[in-house]
Amino acid sequence: MLSRTAADLFWLSRYLERAENTARMLDVAHSMAMMPAGRSAEQELAAPLRVTGTLGAFREQHARLTVAALYQYLAWDSTHPASIYSCLRVARENAHAVRGRITTEMWETLNATWLELNRMRSGRHPALKPFCDWVKERSHLWRGATVGTLARGDAFHFLRLGTFLERADNSARMLEVKQLDAAEEGSTLRDYYHWSALLQALGALESHQDAYLGRIDADTVAELLILRSDTPRSLRSCLEEINSTLSNIEGPQGRRAKGIARTLLTQLEFGSLAELRTAGLDRFLADFLGTIDRIGSGIREEYLESA
Amino acid sequence: MSNVQPPQPGIPDEMLVDADTPRPAYRSYHAWLSRVAEQELRAKRSEAELLFQRVGITFALNGEDDGAERLIPFDFVPRIIPAGEWETLERGLRQRVAALNAFLGDIYGEQRILQAGLVPADLVLRNAQYQVAMHGLALPRSIYAHIAGIDLVRHSDGNYYVLEDNLRVPSGVSYMLENRRMMMRLFPELFAEHRVAPVEHYPNLLLRTLREASAVDDPNVVVLTPGRFNSAYFEHAFLARQMGVTLVEGQDLFVRGGFVHMRTTSGPRRVDVIYRRIDDAFLDPLAFRADSMLGVPGLLSVYRAGNVVLANAIGTGVADDKSMYPYVPEMVRFYLGEEPILRNVPTWCLRRPEDLAYVEEHLGELVVKEVHGAGGYGMLVGPAASGEEIAEFRGRIRRDPHNYIAQPTLSLSTCPTLVEEGIAPRHIDLRPFVLSGSTTRIVPGGLTRVALKRGSLVVNSSQGGGTKDTWVLAEDPRTEDGTC
Repeated sequence: MLSRTAADLFWLSRYLERAENTARMLDVAHSMAMMPAGRSAEQELAAPLRVTGTLGAFREQHARLTVAALYQYLAWDSTHPASIYSCLRVARENAHAVRGRITTEMWETLNATWLELNRMRSGRHPALKPFCDWVKERSHLWRGATVGTLARGDAFHFLRLGTFLERADNSARMLEVKQLDAAEEGSTLRDYYHWSALLQALGALESHQDAYLGRIDADTVAELLILRSDTPRSLRSCLEEINSTLSNIEGPQGRRAKGIARTLLTQLEFGSLAELRTAGLDRFLADFLGTIDRIGSGIREEYLESA
Repeated sequence: MSNVQPPQPGIPDEMLVDADTPRPAYRSYHAWLSRVAEQELRAKRSEAELLFQRVGITFALNGEDDGAERLIPFDFVPRIIPAGEWETLERGLRQRVAALNAFLGDIYGEQRILQAGLVPADLVLRNAQYQVAMHGLALPRSIYAHIAGIDLVRHSDGNYYVLEDNLRVPSGVSYMLENRRMMMRLFPELFAEHRVAPVEHYPNLLLRTLREASAVDDPNVVVLTPGRFNSAYFEHAFLARQMGVTLVEGQDLFVRGGFVHMRTTSGPRRVDVIYRRIDDAFLDPLAFRADSMLGVPGLLSVYRAGNVVLANAIGTGVADDKSMYPYVPEMVRFYLGEEPILRNVPTWCLRRPEDLAYVEEHLGELVVKEVHGAGGYGMLVGPAASGEEIAEFRGRIRRDPHNYIAQPTLSLSTCPTLVEEGIAPRHIDLRPFVLSGSTTRIVPGGLTRVALKRGSLVVNSSQGGGTKDTWVLAEDPRTEDGTC
């Protein structure tokens, strides 16, 4: 596959995943802010901005952190490069560039998403909740079209790489922020909502309930989201996908990325929560994010900018 | 009760002989059209627009940097060509393209036609499109224009005329294919009633033609596009996808060790055939325009060594130049020893003083075109022009007569088309696509373009033209050459 095409596909799916993750965070922050038992509404609303490292940039534009301002900034602001609008714009542009390598059904799904987004943007914006649901739905649809119609060749592999690298990064960041916040908390009821919000944002509430039978606390959540391989957005399952995808790509390239990913996966496979706690969960997460970043640059240097 | 407006007096209409009488090929379609309410047709058209938008069959206009994407208006009243008529056209197309390819091989080789004095040597050798680099090069199968688009119009005398030959990078074939797909989706009942010859196998024929262009066993074929901001990008991506080959940009290719390679995720891979949708001047910054960011440095040297095939070849533009057009019938006679089947429009070459004098006197009746112009730019349509425009053009042709030709204003035939005021006659032309490989391959029909403004003769999409599906009726069941 052409290196340029691989790069377009990789970033296309990263941006789509980012749009979906932003919608998930926005949705949950919004419902948490309405919760009487929680912390202040403003603290809850700040969470997605802290996860994406954009709190400062937001403050420069908006005097107050309100639901409306947050919604505008994360969903519609075309000057904010990580807004859902901007992510979908880049994704669609990349898809346009590689439309010869994705299936007609994938292209039409994404193009229809883009056209609908612009229709919504030029009229009255939909309410926050239905909009977030719509973004998630379109993302599911795209994934369905991809899994259901695209040949299992390099195009598929580079799309998967983008998705899981972005997802691993996002899950780790969310966990990092929630860990920090949890340290300040005390009440069990608050704890419950705090952690279930995170699980909800990661679409993992049901699988958590199945695994831990109603008990929710810092330990169960951390174990589920870091170490369990049966939860689609856990760090371990993202790493498993990255590893198998890297080994499926044709050719001898990518030794560095493969090596780093393999080491990280081994750590997750054989690690325990107790060990992670001993070394410090915040430290682990920071290292994890650094490693993900190095896998990303390995992929870039060895595949996307090669020859 | 017919809801189709009657044809204009003196202008042949493809569907109607007069207000109530359809031509034989249109009988069944006309009956259907008369049964359907206009409202329903408009609803179908909105549906079509939505679908096209969704599929993203859009083009960008030259000179519009805002990235605005437009749809080429699609009209669902098909242009129908009877089988017998098409048969003649097809024979004529094969003949004409064979002669043009022979001409290109000749002028870059022995130059027999110049020695015979049938075509003025300076017209060829001093032509800006004549590429000295091509001189003495032996091309596989001696094919220069692997893909040709020949523009035809029907005149009021009922005959088809060739308006121009397109031998560089003719475009529009994706619209031919998408229009058919759309028609079958919107009006399946019509295809049950009519035996319409299929066109869907065009990409397959194109791939075969491109593979045959190379002497390599299992050649690696790519489509070279200027990129996603090019107005025809949709078509480039579409064809690459349909053929299952890689769509590349100049930056994806490089020359090493006498071959062209593409940069892939598993290292360099050799490229054998480049279906290039980039003009000659941009192909190789080392050989042509140094400022080209679209091409591949060193490509020409690989090409000259015979290690890569370009389709079309470099330097084909000299044969589709408007100054060369008047000589095509002579080429048919000279190279093939046959009488031309397709008619040429009588043409005045303003480089000849007597022609210039005549044209100056009759500017108000003639169409004057720039020799190198394309896309409907830089032309004067006499009968439609104001006195001021005519005066301005007179100055232009006096200053540079070599740069212009003139032709009588043809009364292009019309075809009923859904517009504001109902289903009214609009002028159309036809661009069939001719593929030259081990054999000549043509899918029945081509792209029909329609001028949507009343009375307008300019069908180019850049000037607000639209397109129609083109049906060649298969009257007698027979097997086609080149079915897949």
